Amino acid sequence: MDVITDLMLGFGTAITPLNLMYCLAGVFLGTLIGVLPGLGPVATIAMLLPATFGLPPVSALIMLAGIYYGAQYGGSTTAILINLPGESSSLVTALDGYAMARKGRAGVALATAAIGSFFAGTVATLLIALAAPPLAEIALKFGPPEYFSLMVLGLLASVVLAHGPLLKAIGMIVLGLLLGLVGTDPNAAVQRFTLGVPELSDGLNFVAVAMGMFGLGEIIKNLENESDRSALVGKLANMMPTREDWKRIVGPIVRGTVVGSVLGILPGGGAILSSFAAYSLEKKISPRSDEFGKGAIEGVAAPESANNAGAQTSFIPMLTLGIPSNPVMALMIGALIIHGVQPGPSVMTEQPALFWGLIVSMWIGNLFLIILNLPLVGVWARMLMIPYHILFPGIMVFCAVGVFSLNNTPFDLYVMVVFGLLGYILIKLNCELAPMLLGFILGPMMEEYLRRSLTLSRGDPMIFLHRPISAALLVLAAVALCLVLFPWFRRTRAAAFAED
Amino acid sequence: MIAIRSPSDFWAGLLFIFFGSLFLYHARGMDFGSALRMGPSFFPIILSGLLVLIGIITIVRSVIVGGEPITKLALKGMLAITAAGLLFAALVRGAGIIFAVPALTLISAAASERFHWRTALIMAAILTIFCGVVFVYGLGVPMPVIGTWFVE
Repeated sequence: MDVITDLMLGFGTAITPLNLMYCLAGVFLGTLIGVLPGLGPVATIAMLLPATFGLPPVSALIMLAGIYYGAQYGGSTTAILINLPGESSSLVTALDGYAMARKGRAGVALATAAIGSFFAGTVATLLIALAAPPLAEIALKFGPPEYFSLMVLGLLASVVLAHGPLLKAIGMIVLGLLLGLVGTDPNAAVQRFTLGVPELSDGLNFVAVAMGMFGLGEIIKNLENESDRSALVGKLANMMPTREDWKRIVGPIVRGTVVGSVLGILPGGGAILSSFAAYSLEKKISPRSDEFGKGAIEGVAAPESANNAGAQTSFIPMLTLGIPSNPVMALMIGALIIHGVQPGPSVMTEQPALFWGLIVSMWIGNLFLIILNLPLVGVWARMLMIPYHILFPGIMVFCAVGVFSLNNTPFDLYVMVVFGLLGYILIKLNCELAPMLLGFILGPMMEEYLRRSLTLSRGDPMIFLHRPISAALLVLAAVALCLVLFPWFRRTRAAAFAED
Repeated sequence: MIAIRSPSDFWAGLLFIFFGSLFLYHARGMDFGSALRMGPSFFPIILSGLLVLIGIITIVRSVIVGGEPITKLALKGMLAITAAGLLFAALVRGAGIIFAVPALTLISAAASERFHWRTALIMAAILTIFCGVVFVYGLGVPMPVIGTWFVE
């Protein structure tokens, strides 16, 4: 069978000592930054990107991917132990995970998260192996209108879970799209919105923008109230779920995996949407729905399985279409391009070792996570105790050096500072940053696909509805928006953010 | 008298209008083109128009529907982080990391309520050595340890 040969090729690539080492380094770093407050995967990957220039592309990607899913693992640890989701994808885990910890069942909650994640990771790896080749076939048939509609869907899907009014989140997308257009217009060779600054003719540097908003902006936010964190680390001795627990988590893990895998494929979906949807589903169908929020083990098992599955399957649109579904994937695309690999349907046929090696490495990474982290939970918990005033000047130094090293110019540092301030102000105004960043990346691509589509149709915008795949994608986008208006969805959406 | 019931929405709306107008202003004079042949300002003008519209609706909404208040701004943090970043940018080439990293560390550390000279100085020393060893020698980032102002 083809899949077996492909996976064997992947194993052959991923199991070399060098790649195993980078995989381990990635998941270790990922867990570390997931646990540490105020440092997320976007800022970390952005920082490490220049350092991977010298590596072979496969090793670089394996490590960066490890940081991404490792961070989610670390994020759920903090969500459970101190009710502080380290990553937004573990937001819902905090609801029941922390409640379990307060009942002295933190160990069981952590083990459940690990087991669920591992199961989901295994299934998602197989799913990618099975689904990616046919999806790449379809992707080859995609024309400009399909790409454009897919981006619309991705952008709108990314705001379904945004805080506050939907319109504000859409405003953030539009702002991001506009900022992405700064620079030289590729068609007319005209400088746009550069304010006469020559450094801006290549546009705003994505890493500098991301680091400013997610690094600096977050630091300023955290300086508002520097309260001490206290972790519930007393009763971690008993980690094994009881027989009763096992019975309760099997269903949620399987369902969470399915939900996560499907939603992860959607651009704009990924881990956050997945964990949220899985939690709502379990709450709806569970006979113990009244226990949710008070320490139901299902409320940990389902979202943790879903976010891991979603994180992995979100690589599918990135690798097959070249469209990032979240800021982390955008950085991955950046990494691929730096290494001379153009993401898109041809990656699988032209770079099979890279494609399959990366996928298999994700499974191995998940194995590392479960082996490494269950015994190390105590260490991570102690990491939580590092006071923030010791931590953040270090983060500042890493951000500054990382951004400087992109082009060895101080200009990118100014961009970082400006976007740090803007990011902080936007956080204060309850505006979501991730959709803006996604818009920023997609801006130039969307313009290009829009231009090509309209040329194709001789200026008729109805082309997006006349082509069946494109129309279907737009309908999906409309459904995603309508979903927000449903009362039950709204309620759970509010509940999930209530603890934030 | 119209009362603003959701300050965060109100200011966000204002910000959207500001950015939308800024882009509209700078898009003037560029070729708009037509749907068939999109000019450089075609997509930006549509987007900024949309952004202004969203801004207006958000402001109107902020008067009608209640929402979250804005919590106090961390002015000291904003100032310190900005100053630290700018100073690093100004110093990194000319003075080298031996000055730029301590400046960055000390000024940003000063933003904390728990700032303490001794801890901050120790951190500055550790981070400077770390940067020199790991970034400059280890990873080969072309940052001078001692900058061009001091050595030819």
